Amino acid sequence: MHELSIVASVVDTVTESLAAYKGAQVVEVRLRVGALAGVVVDSLEFCWGIATEGTALEGSKLVVKTLPVVMHCEKCGRDVELEGVQSFRCPNCGELCGDLRQGRELEIDSIEIDELEEAV
Amino acid sequence: MTTRIVELRRGILKKNDELAAELRACYAAAGVLVLNLVSSPGTGKTALLERTLSELRAHGSRAAALVGDLETDNDARRLAASGAPVRQINTHGICHLDAEMIGRHLDGWDLAGLDYLFIENVGNLVCPSSYDLGEKIRVVLLSVTEGEDKPLKYPTMFNSADAAVITKMDIAEACGFDRELALRNINEIRPGMRIFETSAKTGAGMEEWLGYLEEQRVGRGN
Repeated sequence: MHELSIVASVVDTVTESLAAYKGAQVVEVRLRVGALAGVVVDSLEFCWGIATEGTALEGSKLVVKTLPVVMHCEKCGRDVELEGVQSFRCPNCGELCGDLRQGRELEIDSIEIDELEEAV
Repeated sequence: MTTRIVELRRGILKKNDELAAELRACYAAAGVLVLNLVSSPGTGKTALLERTLSELRAHGSRAAALVGDLETDNDARRLAASGAPVRQINTHGICHLDAEMIGRHLDGWDLAGLDYLFIENVGNLVCPSSYDLGEKIRVVLLSVTEGEDKPLKYPTMFNSADAAVITKMDIAEACGFDRELALRNINEIRPGMRIFETSAKTGAGMEEWLGYLEEQRVGRGN
C-alpha cells in the first residue's frame, strides 16, 4: 500500500510545475501507469481526495491510463502486446519473451488547467 | 478563463530514480556488488543472509548488510553475529525501502572496502518492486511453504527480479512442494531467470548460490 506516497509525489510535482501558471486552477491530472508498475489504480483514486485537500489540486480529477505489457518476441521479430501478466508468452507463437518494451511506466502525462485571462 | 493542457511527461518516482542512479554510480565507483533481497515476510531472507554472510567471510570476502523492517533491530542483531557490518533501517510503518533511506544509512561506511552489500528489503511482494535502490541484482525469494503459484500471484515483483531463490528446500517434501510447477511458474513470469534452490539450515544449494555471487562480483560494473 504505497499508493498514498505515490499520489503525494504526484501532488508535489504538479504543484512545482504550477509555479509557471500563477493563479491557475487544476482541472485534471493525467497519469500513465503500466500493467507492471505495481500500482493499484483504485487505490490511487481513493487517495486522491485526501492527498489533494488544501492544495492547488483540490477538486481536480485524476485520470489514469493503464498501459498493457508489450514484449519483443524474438521469434516473430516484432513487439507484441500481452493480454495480462500471468504469462509472458507471445500471443501469436507461444514463445516465452524476456524483452520488456512497455509496462513499467509510472508517470504524469499532462495536466489540464484553467488560467486567468491576465496570466495568458 | 482559458483552459490549457500542460505536458509534464515526468516519472512519478523521479526523485527516487535520480537518487538510485547516484547510488548506482557510487557502488560502481567503489567496486561493490549490491543486491536487493525481496520476498514475503517469513520466506527466510534473514536466514539466507546469515549463512551467506558467514560463508563469504569464511572465504575472505568483505560483505555487509542493510536490513529493513517496520520495527525492531532483531534481524540486524541476527546478521551481526556473522561478524559482518550490519545496519538496521526501521521504516516505522512504510512498506518498502527507498533510495533515500539507503543513502542515509550508508553514511560513514567505506563502500570501497566491501565486496558485497546486501540490502534486505521489508517483507512485502508488492510495494518494493516500484523502488529502485541502485542495486545491480534484485533477488526474489520464495519458500517451499508458500505455494508454487506465488510468481503468478505477484508477477510484478517476479518479473522485475534478476534471480530467484527457493528457500527451505529441506522441508520441501513434508510440505508437498511441487518443484517442477514452481520452476515452471517462475519461468512463465520471468523467462530464463537464474533460479537457486537452497536450505540455509542444511547448507544445500549454498555452493551454487555463492558461486553466482562471485561470478556477478567479478563481472561487476557490466
